[in-house]
Amino acid sequence: MTDVAAHTATSPRFKDNAKAALADADLQNALKFVEVNFIARRREVADKLPEFEALRDSARDIKDHTLAHLDLYLEAYEKRVVDHGGHVHYAVTGEDAQRIILDICRKLGARTVTKGKSMVAEEIGLNDFLAANGVTPIETDLGEYIIQLRHEMPSHIIAPAVHLTKAQIESDFRRVHTHLPANRNLVEPVSLLAEARGVLREKFLAADVGITGANFLVAETGASVIVTNEGNGDLTQTLPKAHIVLASIEKLVPTLEDLSQLLRVLARSATGQEMSVYTTLSAGPRRPDDPDGPSEYHVVLLDNGRSSMVAGPFRDMLRCIRCGACMNHCPIYHAVGGHAYGWVYPGPMGAVLTPSLIGIDKAGHLPNASTFCGRCEEVCPVRIPLPRMMRTWREREFEQHLSPATVRGGLAFWGFFAKRPRLYGIATAMAARLLARAGRARGRFSWLPFASGWTRHRDFPAPQGSTFQARWAERERLARILPSPASKVMVGGRGSGRDARALGPPP
Amino acid sequence: MAEPVARRVGLFVTCLVDLIRPSVGFATAKLLADAGCIVEVPRQSCCGQPAFNSGDRATARDIAQRVIQAFAPYDYVVAPSGSCAGMLKVHYPELFRGDPNWQPRADALAERTYELVSFLVDVCGVDRVAARLEATATYHDSCSGLRELGVRDQPRRLLATVEGLRLAEMRDADVCCGFGGTFCVKYPEISNAIVGKKAAAVVATGADLLLAGDLGCLMNMAGKLQRDAANIEVRHVAEVLAGMTHDPAIGVPAPASGEVKR
Repeated sequence: MTDVAAHTATSPRFKDNAKAALADADLQNALKFVEVNFIARRREVADKLPEFEALRDSARDIKDHTLAHLDLYLEAYEKRVVDHGGHVHYAVTGEDAQRIILDICRKLGARTVTKGKSMVAEEIGLNDFLAANGVTPIETDLGEYIIQLRHEMPSHIIAPAVHLTKAQIESDFRRVHTHLPANRNLVEPVSLLAEARGVLREKFLAADVGITGANFLVAETGASVIVTNEGNGDLTQTLPKAHIVLASIEKLVPTLEDLSQLLRVLARSATGQEMSVYTTLSAGPRRPDDPDGPSEYHVVLLDNGRSSMVAGPFRDMLRCIRCGACMNHCPIYHAVGGHAYGWVYPGPMGAVLTPSLIGIDKAGHLPNASTFCGRCEEVCPVRIPLPRMMRTWREREFEQHLSPATVRGGLAFWGFFAKRPRLYGIATAMAARLLARAGRARGRFSWLPFASGWTRHRDFPAPQGSTFQARWAERERLARILPSPASKVMVGGRGSGRDARALGPPP
Repeated sequence: MAEPVARRVGLFVTCLVDLIRPSVGFATAKLLADAGCIVEVPRQSCCGQPAFNSGDRATARDIAQRVIQAFAPYDYVVAPSGSCAGMLKVHYPELFRGDPNWQPRADALAERTYELVSFLVDVCGVDRVAARLEATATYHDSCSGLRELGVRDQPRRLLATVEGLRLAEMRDADVCCGFGGTFCVKYPEISNAIVGKKAAAVVATGADLLLAGDLGCLMNMAGKLQRDAANIEVRHVAEVLAGMTHDPAIGVPAPASGEVKR
């Protein structure tokens, strides 16, 4: 585990972040895209593929198999890369990975590096570290480029700038691209794209080192695989003198055949495409007959706490292929967006992964801020039981006495009665009668003590009177005294149910 | 010819119905009785979900053991809630996994536990109800019932047989209402944003009645609709299926004159 970038986490302030997000009109506007488009597109391509559910099973099994033999596959992968003339570096922590990458840059005298989109680079805070050490990183994925201009973190793992409106991006471009005519037309989204492309083209040509992430690493061939829709990854890894792949260890898959299955579920789950536009494999430096490519090839394999997850209750999380479907379908994410989660990984996958990486003491809100609606698990291409693992984090938190005192106190009070059904019956019958009397005139409450979280936004219905169990017991008692054709089978009376009510104690 | 033996059902009424809306319990009992079941109500408190979902496994297990014991004698356990039935059916076995004493008992209970409407349709073979209500209703799929227990078509099939009732589907009927048990009081602003979207989807249907199979979700949606002054009645689906809509809807006061509404 590392403290790199974790110190910047605002996850402990999740509640404040969420409130601010809910009040941010631009953000709320931008988030509609996720809620509407991502979901509809995934649905459409999933429905078109009869074997989609079977593919998900297969994807899960491939990742499970790999995790069970991770050491063997890592070894095989490393051997292939070395055979191709590349170098493999193991980084236990984020600091290790930073240092390894900086060393490579320094040896080459690198002043600028271009970067393909990499969540692992975000995880280890690579950009800030490189910049602080005299190497200028330039993000080349459009979304990443935009948030780099804004000094922000990605708000979504596949659509880093999804929290922004077009107007916000236009104003950032005008603020930063001061060498371009001030009166240029940026109304159409495509003009923003063209402008970014023009600016980035020079950066690609000038970069000394290109750093990419990896969607998968193939043990069979030593290939590192990236999928993009912009082609920026290809330019990042082919043009500079050196290509550095930064990937976490769970990105391994055994064979190219396995890769092809995972690619089929990845694109469908992520963007609702059948395939991403570019799927690029690289396995080593430029060979003598290659027309282009880097002369050095490095792979930095990051552990950062993952090998300890292999043995624990969060192992299934290592199956994650970072498609973003869980957050695309999450009502909490739809409401507050990705930045509220306060660190690199948002949404349900972040709610499980973030506590593993920065600690449950910092990230405790994340697995708690879920209704357990189960939509994330329903769409996860590798069937990660996300709600179950969020609950496991809540258990850890409870065991370590990290949950808030109000929650623990409330639970203890409620638990005392819930464990004693007879006493519970007496207490609830009293409470029901009291509340019913207090709420009789309006039928509901617009304010209740101890429930202001509820009544701040909603009314609370007044109970109907005595509890069901008290009424039922009374009904049974009367039935014994006054034997009638209304036996147990005829509860609620014939047809209308009015008899049952008449038999109960007066409301 | 021998009469088929009646199913003996232990009614797990759920803590919310017990406390807030007993009429749902009586509607449930009536529907079960009409389907030929013998209904009994053993002493009970709660399924333990608040403890389970708050990470307090010890309390959850304690409560679960009491439920398992209390409901051991019945052929079936039926709850008018997908969430509580899901707790018994899906999560109790999880709570006792590897426990040589309790896992078999939890598994046995799980096997016999059902959410009300799916029990009526899938186990009892009920395909119509003798109920009548002039209304346009929209139906919300509560998450646990939908995703843990596969309750989706059953309530719609039975509602279609209620005389006079029209069903108007809302957009995103399968999306969470933002209740989430303790979630709604731990993160009230987020919960409010989610139920706000749900309320808007309900209003957009033009329905005058909102139905669902879980009282927690219903209280959340009713509370929001009422705070927004939307004129839509909110009821548990069992009340409509049982033809027991004489009680005022959720959060609505009883008429002072004693006259019944509808």
